[in-house]
Amino acid sequence: MSLTLEQVRRIAELARIEISDAEAESALGHLNRIFFLIEEMQAVDASGVEPMAHAQDLAQRLREDRVTETDRRGAYQAIAPETEAGLYLVPKVIE
Amino acid sequence: MIDRTLKQLAQALSAKEISSVELARLYLDRIDRIDPRIKAYITVDREKTLAQAAAADARRAAGEAGPLTGIPLAQKDIFCAEGWRTTCGSKMLGNFVCPYDAAVIERFNAAGAVMLGKTNMDEFAMGSSTETSYFGVTRNPWDVGRVPGGSSGGSAAAVAARLAPAATGTDTGGSIRQPAALCNLTGIKPTYGVVSRYGMIAYASSLDQGGPMARTAEDCALLLKVMAGFDARDSTSLERPAEDYARDLEKPLAGLKIGLPKEFFGEGGEGCDAGVMRRIEEALAEYRRLGAQTVEVGLPSMKLAIPAYYVIASAEASSNLARYDGVRYGYRAPEYDDIIDMYMKTRAQGFGEEVKRRILIGTYVLSHGYYDAYYLQAQRIRRLIAGDFAEAFKRCDLIMGPTSPTTAFRIGERVSDPVRMYLSDIYTIAVNLAGLPAMSMPAGFAEGLPVGLQVIGDYFAEAKLLNAAHRYQQATDWHLRRPTIG
Repeated sequence: MSLTLEQVRRIAELARIEISDAEAESALGHLNRIFFLIEEMQAVDASGVEPMAHAQDLAQRLREDRVTETDRRGAYQAIAPETEAGLYLVPKVIE
Repeated sequence: MIDRTLKQLAQALSAKEISSVELARLYLDRIDRIDPRIKAYITVDREKTLAQAAAADARRAAGEAGPLTGIPLAQKDIFCAEGWRTTCGSKMLGNFVCPYDAAVIERFNAAGAVMLGKTNMDEFAMGSSTETSYFGVTRNPWDVGRVPGGSSGGSAAAVAARLAPAATGTDTGGSIRQPAALCNLTGIKPTYGVVSRYGMIAYASSLDQGGPMARTAEDCALLLKVMAGFDARDSTSLERPAEDYARDLEKPLAGLKIGLPKEFFGEGGEGCDAGVMRRIEEALAEYRRLGAQTVEVGLPSMKLAIPAYYVIASAEASSNLARYDGVRYGYRAPEYDDIIDMYMKTRAQGFGEEVKRRILIGTYVLSHGYYDAYYLQAQRIRRLIAGDFAEAFKRCDLIMGPTSPTTAFRIGERVSDPVRMYLSDIYTIAVNLAGLPAMSMPAGFAEGLPVGLQVIGDYFAEAKLLNAAHRYQQATDWHLRRPTIG
């Protein structure tokens, strides 16, 4: 398998990372070498094997539905790029 | 004083030979003097450190000191600490002053430990050399032209250069063990789920695990006792009774069965430097003298660990790092047209090359139509690898081999060749996929550079690992060697 430059641009767009033509070219070479390494794994027939997400195969814990967090909006918004009246500001999305 | 272990420092503090403030000053002064040559730390805050040290002295005066009260420690800059800049080695978090403490930091604070500063690391813990940090390359105190390993390279260099008596690290594919090996330290990655990941900036959530890096196994046991414990805020934290990891340190090793995977030694061993392998063989001979036996075991799926790791880790990273969008915290590009453009420029400017590469791999393997072929297949391989270890542990108590196939490599030598860099984790990665505990400890030198012996245990065998390491450290003095710097 080999990626194309077009695919690299599309992946970068999905990942929301702006990428120049030169960066796309360089990424293409690196990614193809990495996927060459990954292909070794794909050649293995593991069809009967149950996929493993976690070593301990834990079940998700349940907790009581009650408020445990305190209001720290001021502290959290103090480090935001742009806020106003307790809201996070972003460029206008809807005209 | 700077060559003392945590245990010895605790004794000095309790005997009033030195105060916590004096001890913190001693290390801060060394950092001022020596760190410009090593660059182990990203952030040092003298006032904050000394205030913590003064509080530790007051606590001791009130008769409430514990074993770590007043002990200075370096923290990897992946652990959030309230009021401290926490960068994770990235421009993306270059201005991020964290509003809360990670579970690990809370636990050290409760124990009265003193934070010396935040150590350098590969950006978002993605790397094996600390060269991908936005804040510059950390240098190996054994040879400043070489890397300290990574991703916890700043922590490793700080402890090796005596800029901290011990430090924390995190290990997703070898990031505690490999830098410990390259800098002549003892470091342990616990069983997945033993140390809370709350406030530990996420890379690959199903693999990330925090742990201590120190000079002796005994110090690691002391630190791990503080770090470990159930935390409801981490959904994969394990509910287990508290353990004294030092309980078996002195146990004799007679009858211990050490498994030697043929994939590390025989046919797979050709990737390992001869000088490294000689030190490993000598360490095994020492274990036989201590009464252990060695048996050959097989880990046939080991060769698939690197490909499976890069699929799983990249997939999880692409998902975890989606949070860096320039909206709520961290970097935001100064100029953009609309919201999509803001995301694209923020992420293009805020992330470094290796991080972008892994996000791209992860985005691709998780994209429509590829999930089964990559991520699910990698998870199947993961179970095969865990199964190999389970089989091996039917025949042995611990597994040993090299931590890294080479000693510290030269700065710049591998950074432009990601695949070659990835191969430096060939012996460590399978352990993370299986979720097992493992450590690295000093086993001598090859051409003047440290060699690490890796010891892998079955689930929850931390005390047994530390026992094996401690007995070896009673019989050898490799772990006491220090680089000639300052």
